[in-house]
Amino acid sequence: MEIPEQEFLAPGHRGCAGCGATVAVRLALKMLGPNTVAVSSTGCLEVITSQYPETAWEIPWIHVAFENAAAVASGVERALKSQGKDDVNVVAFAGDGGTADIGFQALSGAMERGHNIIYICYDNEAYMNTGVQRSGATPYGASTTTSPAGKKSFGEDKPKKNLPMIMAAHGVPYVATASISYPEDFMKKVKKAGETEGPAYIHVHQPCTTGWGYDPSKTIELGRLAVDTGAWILYEIVDGEFKVTYRPLQRKPVNEYLNAQKRFKHLADEEKEKIQNYVNQVCAELKI
Amino acid sequence: MTVKIGTVKEPGSSKMNKTGSWRTFRPVLDEEKCIDCENCFLFCPEGCINKENEIDYDYCKGCGICAEECPVKAIKMERD
Amino acid sequence: MLKVISANRAIAESVRLSKPKVVPVYPITPQTSISEYLAQFVADGDLSAEYIKVESEHSAMSAAIGASATGIRVFTATASQGLALMHEMLFSAAGLRNPIVMGNANRALSAPLSIWNDQQDSISERDTGWLQFYAENAQEALDFVLQAYKISENEKVLLPSMVCVDGFILTHTVEPVDVPSQEEVDEFLPEYKPKHSYLDPEDPMSLGTFTDPNYYMEARYAMEVAMQASKDVIRSVNKDFAEKFGREYGFIENYMCDDAEIILVAMGSICGTVKDAIDTLREQGQKIGLLKIIAFRPFPKDEIYETVKNAHRIAVLDKNISFGIGGVLFNEIKAKMDVDIRGFILGLGGRDVSPEDIKKIVDITKTSTESDKINWIGLKEEEI
Ligand SMILES: Cc1ncc(C[n+]2csc(CCOP(=O)(O)OP(=O)(O)O)c2C)c(N)n1
Ligand code: SF4
Ligand code: SF4
Ligand SMILES: [Mg+2]
Repeated sequence: MEIPEQEFLAPGHRGCAGCGATVAVRLALKMLGPNTVAVSSTGCLEVITSQYPETAWEIPWIHVAFENAAAVASGVERALKSQGKDDVNVVAFAGDGGTADIGFQALSGAMERGHNIIYICYDNEAYMNTGVQRSGATPYGASTTTSPAGKKSFGEDKPKKNLPMIMAAHGVPYVATASISYPEDFMKKVKKAGETEGPAYIHVHQPCTTGWGYDPSKTIELGRLAVDTGAWILYEIVDGEFKVTYRPLQRKPVNEYLNAQKRFKHLADEEKEKIQNYVNQVCAELKI
Repeated sequence: MTVKIGTVKEPGSSKMNKTGSWRTFRPVLDEEKCIDCENCFLFCPEGCINKENEIDYDYCKGCGICAEECPVKAIKMERD
Repeated sequence: MLKVISANRAIAESVRLSKPKVVPVYPITPQTSISEYLAQFVADGDLSAEYIKVESEHSAMSAAIGASATGIRVFTATASQGLALMHEMLFSAAGLRNPIVMGNANRALSAPLSIWNDQQDSISERDTGWLQFYAENAQEALDFVLQAYKISENEKVLLPSMVCVDGFILTHTVEPVDVPSQEEVDEFLPEYKPKHSYLDPEDPMSLGTFTDPNYYMEARYAMEVAMQASKDVIRSVNKDFAEKFGREYGFIENYMCDDAEIILVAMGSICGTVKDAIDTLREQGQKIGLLKIIAFRPFPKDEIYETVKNAHRIAVLDKNISFGIGGVLFNEIKAKMDVDIRGFILGLGGRDVSPEDIKKIVDITKTSTESDKINWIGLKEEEI
């Protein structure tokens, strides 16, 4: 695949060294190109890219609030349509909190209405911008500031909300999961999403050095471990047709992924085993 | 009074903010070893490596991803 | 053309004539028929707009903001709980300087749940940066929507406007309304073409950025400057409107205030009842007048003062209450000018206001010695 050199997210942004969110945006925008309007929800990405009087965005971009990226994108899309600018891509970049929790209703509404938008949830598995609080996308066992590990707690006690499948249940034409550590797979999916008539939803897994607790150089490595252990699965659902897009040759033990991060450091073997069993079960169903 | 604050009309103007000053380790590329795989270009969170594998030190934050992801260890992190 | 229609229908007609390109709207009593009329206009091809069937008022305003940000005209409408749900987005629309026009069918806020009229909903949004106009009848509702676009879209203003109509009293009763022709409206209201900000790949801009303490205050200051500047714009739009359509409006309406000893101050449909009561009282030789507030934001303090300064006393009628201090209009007038003033809370949650109530207010105003007292009109003692 020929990958365009042109960048649509400029350097100088205030992301942590090693931030995975900006990698996701850079790669996605390379596929969508300059004829694109982007919408962001409040969160790390918005804050690090738009500190007035500067912006990292090379394309038109708007931020309104935390919970409404999908609704704002709906308005942008219809307004462009009303002006005959149907050829412009409208993409929303929203965090896992802005998607799974507070923005869930607006997202469901937008998906159901069939707007021609590309909604990309960049999933770092917590509210990073406000200091690592849990979200509905925080995985089982992760210690966050609102699901802390303690004498009577092993961290987050509920499994990650399965957003891509909930989006698929809306019957939208394109749903995919992705990882920044598998850039070609991710970019192909963004391209397909851009070519889709109607709503497309991509859920891209994105390690966060600050929130997960690992050395910034390991961002891509961590994302890869998530996929190679089966903790995160890459698939797409095109017009209801489910397909796994990447199968690790040999699945690694999930401990390799867990042990590399501070947020899972406190877990007892028993909990780690539960996680491994859960991953095994999901992977068995998908023949991974 | 013109409406001004809140809207930025210079796309990509974050380039005024030279984040190279954040760095403690600098990635240095050994061109001899480089196999042009484009990994560093793809994975840099700053987008400050081009396809010629040139690193823009004005913005490089020294995260070390490029060195870590280089399959032939052509990039070394050195103290700045 | 004269049509016998409700204020909701009048607003819908006005929106059709204003040609917004996007209409995101969510139904709520007593606004509902506005959303239905507009849906039908679009379905019949009478309004060429994208009608977005949003899943909430929060998303209605969010979509309106996104659409307006591309540089087009937008309309939405709501009431009460819906307006309260939009609260956060009202600040965003104003701060992003989106000249959205919204109809609000004034209705009480829960709890306890009430679908009937008072003005607590829109009054509670007075600090969001929206201009607010209160209609006395369906004709005003139609006329104010047309004017609101022209005012809001003016470069010196670029703040959104809310046109408020009393729920049921105006939204569900019919009266003759002069509906202008498309040609007349087109001449009055040119297409909206923003220069300050817009989303367009040909000219990329970032909107709604993150602003640190070095800049935020100036952004808010610019909004206050715009709100003040809107006064001149309103004057000139009122003038244009009168020339074009023959109906004259100002920030306030002066009904027999010039020689009045007591002046009542009110907003919205209640002004009809007050005028009737005044006619009777005048016949009895009592010098009473009414100052009707049309523009609540920007607050027309000079116009109010000029009108009331020679009266012995003024009485302010509030269909809202700020608990612990009383009616909002009463307190704002009291804070802004040195007048002998009395405050009345009435008509909450659809409580009827009769001409007798107005006479009672006049009597209390004449005899009351306490200017701080919150006087409740129409309370049922047996239910307290
Ligand atoms: C209505 C509202 N509630 C809460 C907040 C505070 N807040 C801002 S960003 C954020 C978390 C964002 O999390 P996520 O969407 O996962 O994005 P991330 O920062 O992780 O990239 C929160 C809680 C807000 N801005 N608005
Ligand atoms: S906290 Fe995480 S997501 Fe946020 S800027 Fe830092 S690395 Fe990126
Ligand atoms: S060290 Fe990090 S910021 Fe610097 S060039 Fe390498 S990947 Fe980019
Ligand atoms: Mg997050």
